[in-house]
Amino acid sequence: MAGLTANTALLRQILVGFVRDEVHKVGISKAVLGLSGGIDSALVVFIAAEALGPENVQAICMPYKTSNPESEAHARLVAEACGVNFSVLPITPMVDAYFESFPDADNMRRGNKMARERMTILFDHSALLRALVLGTSNKTELLLGYGTLYGDMASALNPIGDLYKSQVWQLSEEFGVPQAVIDKKPSADLWAGQTDEEELGFSYRQVDELLYRMVDLRLNRAELMAEGFESGFIDSVYAKIQNSHFKRRLPVIAKVSNRTIDRDFRYSRDWGK
Amino acid sequence: MNFTAVLAQIKPKLGCINDNLALIEERIQSARGGGADLIVFPELALTGYFLKDLVPEVALRLDSPEIIRLTELSRGISIALGFVEVTDDYCFHNSAVYLEDGVIKHLHRKVYLPTYGLFDEQRYMARGERFRAFDTKFGRMGMLICEDMWHLSSSYILAMDGATSLLCLSSSPGRGIEGESLGSATAWQQLTSTTARFLNCRVLYCNRVGYEDGVNFWGGSEYIAPSGESINRGRMMEEDSVTALLDEGSLRRERIFSPMLRDENLFITMQELRRIERERRQ
Repeated sequence: MAGLTANTALLRQILVGFVRDEVHKVGISKAVLGLSGGIDSALVVFIAAEALGPENVQAICMPYKTSNPESEAHARLVAEACGVNFSVLPITPMVDAYFESFPDADNMRRGNKMARERMTILFDHSALLRALVLGTSNKTELLLGYGTLYGDMASALNPIGDLYKSQVWQLSEEFGVPQAVIDKKPSADLWAGQTDEEELGFSYRQVDELLYRMVDLRLNRAELMAEGFESGFIDSVYAKIQNSHFKRRLPVIAKVSNRTIDRDFRYSRDWGK
Repeated sequence: MNFTAVLAQIKPKLGCINDNLALIEERIQSARGGGADLIVFPELALTGYFLKDLVPEVALRLDSPEIIRLTELSRGISIALGFVEVTDDYCFHNSAVYLEDGVIKHLHRKVYLPTYGLFDEQRYMARGERFRAFDTKFGRMGMLICEDMWHLSSSYILAMDGATSLLCLSSSPGRGIEGESLGSATAWQQLTSTTARFLNCRVLYCNRVGYEDGVNFWGGSEYIAPSGESINRGRMMEEDSVTALLDEGSLRRERIFSPMLRDENLFITMQELRRIERERRQ
């Protein structure tokens, strides 16, 4: 599908310009981000290094004791490849301390807690380094709600939030992200052997084809079926988008005044910048 | 007559009139120093684009000190620029002025305020109600503000009103990453070239750059000759200054080679438009 095939040179120019412009215009010169060893954060750190200079980017790897050791090795490989500052900050002590009070907590609660633990570290480093936190969620996972609210979804700026996973792969080739990171199976790395695609029940390439037509081209259900998508797949993806919409919005405010924040009190975030 | 125009491809700060005015004055001085006759700025050059509730805060009256200051500067060089205008009855317009020899030669209020996709202009601003050509030292001109140009009738009216140069002031957001070049840039380049060619007019297109809340403005300001050929084009997504020499000869020759505008039948057009108007009312 031509639509999912991006002009990567153009994308590179837009996204590098975005990070440079949006960071510098608030009077800051640095960025900080979590580097998981996966492809999304690898791509973002390459974009940031080119936009701000590698010396102005701090990448932090925050493994938990069940994280695959290969992830940290890949994070290090990526940081070395683009020359940014790199540190490792394990989250095991703080996460385990909390779950001592809740030993029966399931994987979802534990995974969310880990994502939020990492978020607090990144935002603390934002203050420590006077650096903006870069988000690493792509459009596919944002639409499917495959992320933790106030966890990995939290950031100041997200350069890849309008790129489908298929486009993240393409742009990563353009930037020269290490091949081992591009080729491996995407994983949230919450437990050994976990893969995103197994957990979601479909491949990113399959769902990107559907999402692109459904969201970007606005094909209706009948048109999608005519293009060969099964009704069950269409309906389950539609439901995922709908049911996760709360994650893509600010908290709902009860309206009582004439000017309520974000409803009839509307300003761009770049107000005065 | 021949004249030199500069397209000031600037990056305004959102809602910061004083900063933008300083930037604009700097560009005016530099263009004047370089011997230019006319300088064109983008849509909402004084204010930035995604203003939303800032519209009333940044709006200027035509007799405001800022507009008076710019009008004074037009004694040295003609100036076209976009800003938010507030009228005596508190309508807020996305407006453009053409300043020349210390007077406001022309005021255009954007007629087509887009409200689709990422646009929401008509929520905050009032619509203009006319397209009029006007005389300048450099011939008869017409001004359009961005979306105005996507309505064929706008350029057509200005050309029929005698404009030989169309100035289009723009804040066009970049989108569409599938093709050889940016989708919105390709669309605009086709539009400006086709408009110039159909109407045997020059087009001076000035687009801004910079980012507002993640939206990029792609620049690519250009001068298109009456043949439809792009003569000068600014850089994509970077601040720039495009200097174009508009020679009278190329306009004269194009109007001899392709006299479509001479042959345009205003009587038939009006007759059919009146019929359509009548039928729509029924």
